[in-house]
Amino acid sequence: MERLSSEDSRPLSPNIQIYRPQLTSVLSIANRITGVFLSACAVVLVIWLVAAASGPEGYSRFNGLIGSWPGQILLLAATFAFFLHICGGIRHLVWDTVHGFELRQIYASGWLVVAASVGLTLASWLTSFLIAGQS
Amino acid sequence: MTRTDALIITASDQVPGRTVFKRFPIPRNFGVSPGSRIETGRTWPAPEGATRIKRFEIYRYNPDSGDNPHLDTFEVDLDACGPMVLDALIWIKNTIDPTLTFRRSCREGICGSCAMNMDGTNWLACTKFIEETDAPARIYPLANMRVIKDLVPDLSHVFAQYEMIEPWLQAKTLAPDRERLQAPEDREKLNGYYECILCFCCTSGCPSHWWNGDRFLGPAVLLQAWRWLIDSRDEATGKRLDRLEDPFRLYRCHTILNCTRTCPKGLNPGKAIAEIKKMIAERRN
Repeated sequence: MERLSSEDSRPLSPNIQIYRPQLTSVLSIANRITGVFLSACAVVLVIWLVAAASGPEGYSRFNGLIGSWPGQILLLAATFAFFLHICGGIRHLVWDTVHGFELRQIYASGWLVVAASVGLTLASWLTSFLIAGQS
Repeated sequence: MTRTDALIITASDQVPGRTVFKRFPIPRNFGVSPGSRIETGRTWPAPEGATRIKRFEIYRYNPDSGDNPHLDTFEVDLDACGPMVLDALIWIKNTIDPTLTFRRSCREGICGSCAMNMDGTNWLACTKFIEETDAPARIYPLANMRVIKDLVPDLSHVFAQYEMIEPWLQAKTLAPDRERLQAPEDREKLNGYYECILCFCCTSGCPSHWWNGDRFLGPAVLLQAWRWLIDSRDEATGKRLDRLEDPFRLYRCHTILNCTRTCPKGLNPGKAIAEIKKMIAERRN
């Protein structure tokens, strides 16, 4: 019998180009993106430590950069990414024990991760402002 | 299916009333090979006299034409056809364009033939109400499959993956003279798994299977694997686990859970996969 065509000569139906973003997939890709972003932030953290070790001049230059508007936005993004990644990580640990797999629980824990990340980000920034204001 | 504005989805048949993004914010042809690019097709107007018209955008591909896939728009007379998306497709085939090609059989959600992507999620066309689709309704074949024609995907790869888990009862003990009996509580363990109709909505909606489908078995097949792992009559559990314990076959599942979100039978492939991972972790001790 003649083969109709080889598999690759057929078009592939669209996947991510058409698939509707859902909380499940959006939080999954957010976990990946924040992971990559935090890895980059770890490099910035090392630069900060090196700057501190290099002496007052280098340290104040770094502080000037991180204290600028773009620097502050980066820091805020890093804080949020940190909390989203850690909350998402805890959610995955719970899943590894085969708990929380009912759809209702999947969505509840998903929105809890989002709410907790926003709340913890705000709380940590407020705390740091309060501490900075006292000194 | 039901429309809901609730943030917390409690059943896979709930359609979100409004969503910010209908698709991920990426270019239309993101990572698409030239032969798979979707071109604009033609519009097929409704017959004269139709008053209640709904537009359907439908993915078309004809292997004999040599052309790329394209998106045709059909105007459907809702007064003339039944309530389900499958009814609309049959109406189009009967009255507008007889070349429109799709699989269908039972029209009651038990055969899994008419699985396709409607408004960006996978479901069975026969159990999806037209009134719960967007305007226009967007109908594609199951995501990430080689297309044979129009809405007919080539399922030979996923069925080959299904064959790999040897989905049949394996026992070394001598066959009894009668059925192999099972305690009611053992039988109950199969609930939620034996109902799978192999429509592959979940596997087709799994991003891990999109990127690693050549080696990752995907949620439908892994749910079936779990169904045989927990069957009290099956005696090949160790061998089955050995074959699953692989960085790709099982562990490309990153618990995204699009599978559980989309299962038209309300089953839980994500949970089944987590159970397999736990079973493998526990047998190491």
